[in-house]
Amino acid sequence: MSTEAPMGLSEYITHHLGNLTVQVGPGGFWTLQVDTLAVSLIFAVIISLWLWSFARRASSGVPSRGQAFVELVVEFVDGQVKDVFHGDSRLLGPLALTVFLWVLFMNLMDVLPIDAIPRALSLFGVEHFRAVPTAEITTTFAMSLTIFVLTIFYSFRAKGFGGYMKEVFTEPFGPWLAPLNLLMNLIEMVSKPVSLAMRLFGNMYAGELVFMLLAGMIGAGSAVLFGLGVVGYLAWGIFELLIILIQAFIFMVLSVVYIAMAQQHH
Amino acid sequence: MNLNATLIGEVIAFALLIWFCMHFIWPPLLNAISERQKKIADGLEAAERARVELKQAGTQVADEVRKARQQANEILGQAQQQANQVMEKARADAQQEVGRQQAVAQANLERMTQNAREQLRDQVASLAVRGAEKILQREVDPAVHKALLDQLVAEI
Repeated sequence: MSTEAPMGLSEYITHHLGNLTVQVGPGGFWTLQVDTLAVSLIFAVIISLWLWSFARRASSGVPSRGQAFVELVVEFVDGQVKDVFHGDSRLLGPLALTVFLWVLFMNLMDVLPIDAIPRALSLFGVEHFRAVPTAEITTTFAMSLTIFVLTIFYSFRAKGFGGYMKEVFTEPFGPWLAPLNLLMNLIEMVSKPVSLAMRLFGNMYAGELVFMLLAGMIGAGSAVLFGLGVVGYLAWGIFELLIILIQAFIFMVLSVVYIAMAQQHH
Repeated sequence: MNLNATLIGEVIAFALLIWFCMHFIWPPLLNAISERQKKIADGLEAAERARVELKQAGTQVADEVRKARQQANEILGQAQQQANQVMEKARADAQQEVGRQQAVAQANLERMTQNAREQLRDQVASLAVRGAEKILQREVDPAVHKALLDQLVAEI
């Protein structure tokens, strides 16, 4: 594809990888990715209103089509949670539903034509815009970090401070190897949120990159490349639909598993 | 790409979304679902119960019909029997009445015959007496007597 001035593929991709940012303080950390926040918040509001409009007047009578669909999703998530965790799931169910729907909706931005939103917004003078929040490490890491904090909280609540400390220092090798145990447990603890965040981020980022490369092929100016690009774009789009659903599902299931595991005694 | 303050914003948004879902979405929907499940289970159970009851009612009805038919047959038989009895009795009565009437008629006949015989005897006697008086008033003449006596005999 082309913008006002013709640009090469690497320029095109670099341009697409730039965020719409606002500097809110000194230093690199105090930067807000306005595009990421805006899209994710819009979806948060859409999901909330959508579910709330049915939950508000949920009745046990004959459900409308919309209510039946919402209930289908809720029952699916509830079933997944109950498979993993057999306890008080006041938090786990809603958490799983939130994770699943939010990630799914944010992922779905990936199948919109890669240039659609940035081009539309460039008409209003917005130079950079990344439309897929889950292709940002900030979004996925924010979610996995929240789940990490909940994991720690539930570990303490289920086992008590003493019990949790004992587990951290004595498992899996027994009390004589306490430092090694601590190291192992810390690695396990850290690896969970990191792998959770990286998996989703990596999948979506890679998917986006492939779309960019195919879009570059389409815009390369050769008829053969144009044809190959269109076919490739369609094929990758269909495959990406599967990835989107699977990644949202994996993120949900792993979140539930991590929190459920935290409440189990070894 | 690098971690920045967006992280904080996303954490807040995520936490709020979970909180909202936990308070306003999950409980009412799950309540509705479990309530409907209970309703459906109750409905199925009620249907099953109704089916069994209907079956029982069917057999009961058949039973009643059978009993009623049997009773009707009994009543019919009894009525037939009674009618026969009544007819028998009427016939017997009639025969008895006929016999009584015949006896009465016979008695009447005999009485009347008796009466007639008595009257005849009286008449004969008085005739004999009158004949004897006539004979006694005249001289006894064998030939005449004979004639008179013959006359008498003929009269009796």
